[in-house]
Amino acid sequence: MASNRARSTRSLQHRRVGDSPAIKWLLIGIAIAVTTGLLIMPLVVIFTEALSSGWSTFADNLLDQYTLHAIGLTLFVAALTVPLNLVFGVALAWLVTRFRFPGRKLLITLIDIPFAVSPVVAGLLYLLLYGRNGWIGNWLADYDIQLMFSWPGIVMVTVFVTCPFVARELIPLMQQQGSEEEEAGVVLGASGWRIFRTITLPNIKWALIYGVVLTNARAVGEFGAVSVVAGNIRGQTNTLPLHVELLYQDYNVVGAFTSASLLAGIAVFTLAAKGFVEWRQARTVIRLQAQETV
Amino acid sequence: MQRKLKGLVTGLALSASLFAPAAVSADRELLNSSYDVARELFAAYNVHFNEYWKEKTGDSVEVSQSHAGSSKQAQSIIQGLKADVVTFNQVTDIDILHTRGNLIPENWAERLPNNSSPYYSTMAFLVRKGNPKNIQNWDDLIKEDVALVMPNPKTSGNGRYTYLAALGYAQDSFGGDQQKIDAFLRDFLGQVKVFDSGGRGATTTFIEREIGDVLLTFESEVLNLVDRYDNGEYEVVTPKVSFLAEFPVTWIDEYVKQNGTEDLAKAYLEHLYSEDAQRLLAGFHYRVHNDTVKKETSDRFPDVKLMSIDAIAGNWENATEEHFASGGKLDQLQRRK
Repeated sequence: MASNRARSTRSLQHRRVGDSPAIKWLLIGIAIAVTTGLLIMPLVVIFTEALSSGWSTFADNLLDQYTLHAIGLTLFVAALTVPLNLVFGVALAWLVTRFRFPGRKLLITLIDIPFAVSPVVAGLLYLLLYGRNGWIGNWLADYDIQLMFSWPGIVMVTVFVTCPFVARELIPLMQQQGSEEEEAGVVLGASGWRIFRTITLPNIKWALIYGVVLTNARAVGEFGAVSVVAGNIRGQTNTLPLHVELLYQDYNVVGAFTSASLLAGIAVFTLAAKGFVEWRQARTVIRLQAQETV
Repeated sequence: MQRKLKGLVTGLALSASLFAPAAVSADRELLNSSYDVARELFAAYNVHFNEYWKEKTGDSVEVSQSHAGSSKQAQSIIQGLKADVVTFNQVTDIDILHTRGNLIPENWAERLPNNSSPYYSTMAFLVRKGNPKNIQNWDDLIKEDVALVMPNPKTSGNGRYTYLAALGYAQDSFGGDQQKIDAFLRDFLGQVKVFDSGGRGATTTFIEREIGDVLLTFESEVLNLVDRYDNGEYEVVTPKVSFLAEFPVTWIDEYVKQNGTEDLAKAYLEHLYSEDAQRLLAGFHYRVHNDTVKKETSDRFPDVKLMSIDAIAGNWENATEEHFASGGKLDQLQRRK
């Protein structure tokens, strides 16, 4: 041990901490232990608990009328949220990277508000604004329009919580790419839509898909904000994450884990998709850099 | 591209029609906003009520259920969750529907029998197999080697009920001797090993984590737990004196008018007092008022001297101000000596 230390001191200039095999394996061991304990084990527990009473119970829980509705509602909300934020994200990124105007920096900062605000607070804000006693909700109620405690409210808060993902992915990439190619398109007389379709879109394709994957993952899994505005009506406004909590409250632990395993399944699928997209994106960046050096 | 878009739009419209509104095929609809652990109870009652109503009027009824903590439910209703009826576990949460929401009249509690509380419960103890610490009543809880588990009175209605039950016992035993009452409560709180944030959390602590000798919670919950773990691992102890925990119900005047459900909402709640429904409620371990059912279930529900909030603290407002507010009695008693 002493000689070991002496040796490492002597060669301090040439060697980094991780070079000694003992330390290397120690660090790797800690990393594996932490990953196993904090990430892999809980994931395994979800699936083993879900299947703890056998496949038929798993299927029964899955095909329960309320679970099916929760799955449908969750997918429905994601199906509305993702396209909305896709358009919003692209438009916003286009605006702040291709144009200079006063308040541009402020706008870039404002995009991050949904990340900075706790989802529960976000839900409450919507409730206070669009609820029966809220400024807008009060006015809408006169026309018999109700947004909170029904699916439009769930979609609204989900859009809010997930709106930065696409823009945040696109802005750095579009800044790096610059607008030369688009300017060339303008000079050659292409229409705005054609420039977007043939130049901008192919350039940002993978970052865009990455943003969509993240948006979708969050839209499916959002609990806090939705919990405030959903009203927890089983079979009407109960999304999958809310359903997990409800089942757990009912002592239906197996049912809760069955629904949780669906969410975990979506998460694993999302991670795989994310990995694939990152890999493609890395290739695009390498290609870009190669072009720049040429 | 266009065909794809068309397909997407139709798909969305289809899923919207499938999932967004409930697939209701019944003649009439009702929304019941309830507390978080009442799902099984009302799932059973809704079936029962549908049969009753169909026989009486020929219409079928689909009752939707919303479940969450009853304070959160009250907030949602004030903000526009159009529930026709509420079935809560705390009187104060219905009161604010009048004071803050102006949705029901002030005298809502007088509109149905028994303070609009068709069933009630009290606070009881769950002890481990064989009752090794020989717990019989509240004074056994302050013996030195007894560790208690209960929900936190600061965050949970369940915990407030337990605290008030202990206070009621002390008032009953020590008369007006305020010093003795305070001393008992201080000792009692000192024995609590875990204050969980809610009732379900306390149950988990006692059963799954195996902490403590006594779990203090609703009698209905305690009996339910004994049913669930029918291997005799736990025993129920009902103290001689305890708190009258009411489960108030009412219809929301403002919303039943909008929804056109006034007759249905009233019938739904009034029917809770019928003999059949009371039997069903007793099956879920709640105490009921119907004499026939009371006789049938007397072995499960021993006689207890039940003290109401009026007897213990005057009313809920006083109780909150004097005991649970910041710097109130609860805080003073928990301060280290």
